[in-house]
Amino acid sequence: MSDTLMSDIPMVHADHIVKSYGSHEVLKDISVTVERGQVACLIGPSGSGKSTFLRCINHLESINGGRLWVDGDLMGYRQRGDKLYEMSPKEVSRQRADIGMVFQSFNLFPHMTVLENIIEAPTRVKNVKKQAAVATAMQLLERVGLAHKAKAYPGHLSGGQQQRVAIARALAMEPKLMLFDEPTSALDPELVGEVLDVMKGLAQSGMTMIVVTHEIGFAREVGDALFFMDEGVIVESGDPREVLANPQHQRTQSFLSKVL
Amino acid sequence: MADTRATPAPASARESSTAPIKAVKLRHPLRTTFAIVIALLVVVFVWDAATRDAYQWPLVAQYLFDRRISQAALITLVLTVLSMVLAIVMGLVLAVMRLSDNPVLKAVSWTYLWLFRGTPVYVQLVFWGLLGTIYRSVTIGIPFTDVEFFTAAPFDFINLFWLAVLGLAFNEAAYMAEIVRGGILSVPRGQDEAARALGMSWQQTMLRIVVPQSMRVIIPPTGNEVISMLKTTSLVTALGFSLELYARTRAISSQIYATVPLLIVASIWYLLVTSILMVGQYYLEKYYARGVAPQRALDGEPIPTGTVAPGTANAEASADTDTIPPPKGEHR
Repeated sequence: MSDTLMSDIPMVHADHIVKSYGSHEVLKDISVTVERGQVACLIGPSGSGKSTFLRCINHLESINGGRLWVDGDLMGYRQRGDKLYEMSPKEVSRQRADIGMVFQSFNLFPHMTVLENIIEAPTRVKNVKKQAAVATAMQLLERVGLAHKAKAYPGHLSGGQQQRVAIARALAMEPKLMLFDEPTSALDPELVGEVLDVMKGLAQSGMTMIVVTHEIGFAREVGDALFFMDEGVIVESGDPREVLANPQHQRTQSFLSKVL
Repeated sequence: MADTRATPAPASARESSTAPIKAVKLRHPLRTTFAIVIALLVVVFVWDAATRDAYQWPLVAQYLFDRRISQAALITLVLTVLSMVLAIVMGLVLAVMRLSDNPVLKAVSWTYLWLFRGTPVYVQLVFWGLLGTIYRSVTIGIPFTDVEFFTAAPFDFINLFWLAVLGLAFNEAAYMAEIVRGGILSVPRGQDEAARALGMSWQQTMLRIVVPQSMRVIIPPTGNEVISMLKTTSLVTALGFSLELYARTRAISSQIYATVPLLIVASIWYLLVTSILMVGQYYLEKYYARGVAPQRALDGEPIPTGTVAPGTANAEASADTDTIPPPKGEHR
């Protein structure tokens, strides 16, 4: 396939997504399209379903309705004719390997050093040679400004440093899409900046990113698209600067008046 | 002194500096009295024991390093280690089966636990001893037809030592399964998610991420089980194996008509082996504590500001998940 044809396909295309836990519907008919190289920010009150939606994208949560494509691939299922077939865990893992994810609570592996954290997945999942993986890992650590911490255990690092390592760990898999689940919410205020700086650099390098965040400033400055979610639906979306400056919907207005 | 206003302290005490505090230590009169009473009781007991003929100390000294007994102690240790290793492996498998999504594996694991925890180990050992009698010969063939492939007497080939190892391990595996399960559930949910988000398979996630972290929680109660197993080996006479420590000392004591001194000899050896096992546990715990709090103290590295204690952030995130509290390790 040629590059021009490839780039016509959006990176993420979510079509009428429904997700429920028992009788509780968390996501009600979510449709989102994120183009290649875009930075999409998801904002909204807690419990609005932002994080759940993010976790549906890499199939950490399975969806109950709708269809979700990442880079043209249907996530978690294979379609033959009208029928959907569940993918095997192995196939799902393969799909996930191309999607990086950064968590609110970092989730670094505490029993491994920073370097071991980063080379774990490339060497085990993609069978990269250890030497090559270490070289890539050191480059990534350089990029997030933590090369000198390669041999430290995550427990020795500050929250901001841990989150930067977590970003490097996700990047080591050379993902085509990065998901950020409130990456700065667990950080002390003075550490938020260093993580946002790394994310800005990543956005400038052309990475497609979906960011669930409460950092309105980041959304305004870096975001290409903004989605405001409440009670499992997307209430409002558009260019971040326009939506933030001039919210149309009453729920958006009341939310923004509280966080700004 | 009734004056509640800030009383000006004498000049010497008021001047504070960074010099180390010199203060009169708080006295604990009750503690001291109690210690003296206990010390006296111990002295009385030891004096009495040393002079009491029933203990027959010369016999204790004579048999303590008897070759038969030190050999039996070695066999006991080997029996303990082999059956524990097998039990830990089986327990790990059973725990993972219990936690898997597969209902068949879950049911098999549950039934195993129900059976082997629900019957006394002594009864189980007697059964193991009788297996050779119960299954005199086993025929492999197609049921309800005359087709037979071969007939064998499986328990003719297995000696009593290995039967004892199997008997002890099968029982212990049921308990180890629960210890391992508790350990696995103590690992924050976020760890599993992070690994899966990186594309790691379930097996890789378990072996590389979850199980190594659960070790810290698994080891203390497992140490408990090892020491408990050391003593449970004294029950294997139930299946006819009589070369371990307790059976050996009993045999000798019945030959020389002296029960008490040989019980003391056996106890000393059990204590010795337990002490060796405890040292091993200490080093294992130290190894699996790497990357967690105590290491910081070892390195003498200052804690950077804004540090999130390992696990706390994860623990908060997983506070709403169904984790059961890790089993408390006891050191006997």
